Amino acid sequence: MSTATENQIDIDRTRGDFSYPESHTFDAGTGLTKGTVDYISKVKGEAEWIREFRHRALEIFRSKPMPTHWASKDLENIVFENIRYYLANGQKPTRSWDDVPDDVKRTFERLGIPEQERKFLAGVEAQFDSEAVYSNIKAAVGEQGVIFCGSTEGLREHPEIFRKWFGKVIPTGDNKFSALNSAVFSGGSFIYVPPGVKVKHPLQAYFRINAENFGQFERTLIIADEGSEVMYMEGCTAPKFETATLHSAVVELVALKGAKIQYVTVQNWSANVFNLVTKRAIAHEEAEVKWIDCNIGSRLTMKYPGVVLKGRKARGEVISIALASDGQHQDTGAKMIHAAAETTSNIVSKSISVGTGRSTYRGLVHIPKHLKGCKNNTECDALLINSQSRTDTYPAITVRGTGNSSQHEASVSQISAEQIFYMQQRGLTEAQAMSLSVNGFVNDLVRQFPMEYSVELKRLIDLEMEGSVG
Amino acid sequence: MRESRGAPNYEMQMSSLSIKNLHVSIGDKEIIRGLTLEIPKGEVHAIMGPNGSGKSTLSKAIGGHPDYIVTGGEVLLDGDDILGLDPDARARKGLFLAFQYPMEIPGVSNANFLRAALNARQPEGEEIEATEFYAQMYAEMDKLEMARTFTARSVNEGFSGGEKKRNEILQMAMLKPAYAVLDETDSGLDIDALRIVSAGVNALRGPNLGILLITHYQRLLDYIVPDVVHVMVEGRIVRSGGKELALELEERGYDFIKDDITEPSLA
Ligand SMILES: Nc1ncnc2c1ncn2[C@@H]1O[C@H](COP(=O)(O)OP(=O)(O)OP(=O)(O)O)[C@@H](O)[C@H]1O
Ligand SMILES: [Mg+2]
Repeated sequence: MSTATENQIDIDRTRGDFSYPESHTFDAGTGLTKGTVDYISKVKGEAEWIREFRHRALEIFRSKPMPTHWASKDLENIVFENIRYYLANGQKPTRSWDDVPDDVKRTFERLGIPEQERKFLAGVEAQFDSEAVYSNIKAAVGEQGVIFCGSTEGLREHPEIFRKWFGKVIPTGDNKFSALNSAVFSGGSFIYVPPGVKVKHPLQAYFRINAENFGQFERTLIIADEGSEVMYMEGCTAPKFETATLHSAVVELVALKGAKIQYVTVQNWSANVFNLVTKRAIAHEEAEVKWIDCNIGSRLTMKYPGVVLKGRKARGEVISIALASDGQHQDTGAKMIHAAAETTSNIVSKSISVGTGRSTYRGLVHIPKHLKGCKNNTECDALLINSQSRTDTYPAITVRGTGNSSQHEASVSQISAEQIFYMQQRGLTEAQAMSLSVNGFVNDLVRQFPMEYSVELKRLIDLEMEGSVG
Repeated sequence: MRESRGAPNYEMQMSSLSIKNLHVSIGDKEIIRGLTLEIPKGEVHAIMGPNGSGKSTLSKAIGGHPDYIVTGGEVLLDGDDILGLDPDARARKGLFLAFQYPMEIPGVSNANFLRAALNARQPEGEEIEATEFYAQMYAEMDKLEMARTFTARSVNEGFSGGEKKRNEILQMAMLKPAYAVLDETDSGLDIDALRIVSAGVNALRGPNLGILLITHYQRLLDYIVPDVVHVMVEGRIVRSGGKELALELEERGYDFIKDDITEPSLA
């Protein structure tokens, strides 16, 4: 790769922010009206029921107040009129890696996926602005009858599969932002795994935002049919812009009887992004759903992945890491709704607050009285990197009835000056020492991430720590 | 070797850890009050002194701990003033402290920590080779009779007092410093461990290493025989001598020295 090419891309490697020249074919303009919704629906060539779904959602969005009675007042700074709700470069989804645009490939490069791991990228789909650029999925996956496509395509080509579950796990009116997403969604993935099929390779998606004031509203729906298994991974890096950017996704998972779904997210948003995401799964009898979630960056992230344990012996898990640097607020947590006997749930949350960064854990665990043999385990650990850091824990655990149990542990620790001195005395710089301690703090969770993500995660933590010391 | 004590020549000056008229305060309390000491490369100097006399303070000040404020004097490493350097830069120049109370670092394995410390000494962009690293680490651990399980455990976390001290010497053996300050490395060691750790230190002893050994007990000095013994009281060296001085202290305690505390130090 010639240096001349590299120079054309404006990359500030110290901050992890980057951008490319914009080229948009379809643009809904700024602001949100019925016309905006119609425009999106028309460009996508959607069926009438989807258009109606969007319009109902818009009304619900308008009628719902901001959740500022419990959440950050910073939400009031989102100016909905200044946001562009739809933007696409008009490219048709591609079928081979060769067809993926060079600048999208450079995104992968920027993410630092090692050369030898690029073979994984054969099974990758990458979102270019709001329209996905799909590469060919491994032939084996297709042969197994797995459907892996964009949400637009999924609704158009496979309504008989997706319509049944679309908006059922997370109803439009669940919260203001799920309603917003339901009105203007574009992009995201639809996956259907037939009964008994175990998808060997993780399915991957990378998203990025590449237009000022452009909100990204992906909609992802994954259905794992009886006894099937699938792992999905998404990672995001966002370029830095002057004004706030809104990202508000909705992700619905359905694990039918005995199915297993793992959903892995590593996000590194730039410091101006509002990242307000609703993620929920339904786990049927003996099904397992595991959310592995890592949030780095953003101005405000609000995200509480949940599992509704609907069938007997279903299992739900949320493993999450949040890193809040100066001026950032990570408001994350988990929801476990036990709705059948002998269901179990596990929540492990680790947060790191640096400088004026703020981390909040909100948990909700509900086990009603009439159920028997339900178990929950919740652990949340916070690491503070200097005295200005702030961390709050709001665990709401309602366990009723006998024969159900819940265990809750929380800790707050600090990297002490003595620890840093000890490590520096061995030759590590202050940034390296911090980075090593932070990686140590999250190490047992990172081990659960797929290999290429744990490498990326370590790199992101290194970058953040470099930025956090003078 | 011993001539260096009286009139150090220019050569020796360049090849020594030299502390000149050092003053160190914690908060507004002066702890080190005009301390002068020179450890030529190749020699082992012991410091003995009552609790609270400032021995650990001296070691941390040399290492560059931010809470220990140097208000006067110099610390020269092979002739270069290191007081302006960050602790990590001092370490990379060849300074090593074995801590009286080694820190625990949760989640960071001993092996990864050592590897990171060694990589920090490599030229930019280069890393030490993994198999070579493990071979070297296992060899050193064998010498110190440390079980292999310690490589995967978090640095010092849950280690017994003696295990922590052994781990400090393992780090020293791996990092190969030019000057090492060992702060009460013998405390907390059982009789066998004292012998093993002393053997470990003696194995590192040689023309390329200067050692400052802080201890309360003559017993350690039976194993690691010092070239010079210094006595520190209230932030100053009040007496220096041969290894006999340690025996004398053991017999008579510090009081006999405190009596002549106003005498000029260093004969
Ligand atoms: N961080 C600190 N804040 C306040 N005072 C301190 C601090 N560290 C050391 N001191 C004080 O400085 C003096 C010297 O302490 P230092 O630890 O250097 O003594 P020492 O000679 O190593 O003693 P010991 O033999 O008990 O290890 C003591 O009075 C101690 O209380
Ligand atoms: Mg001490």
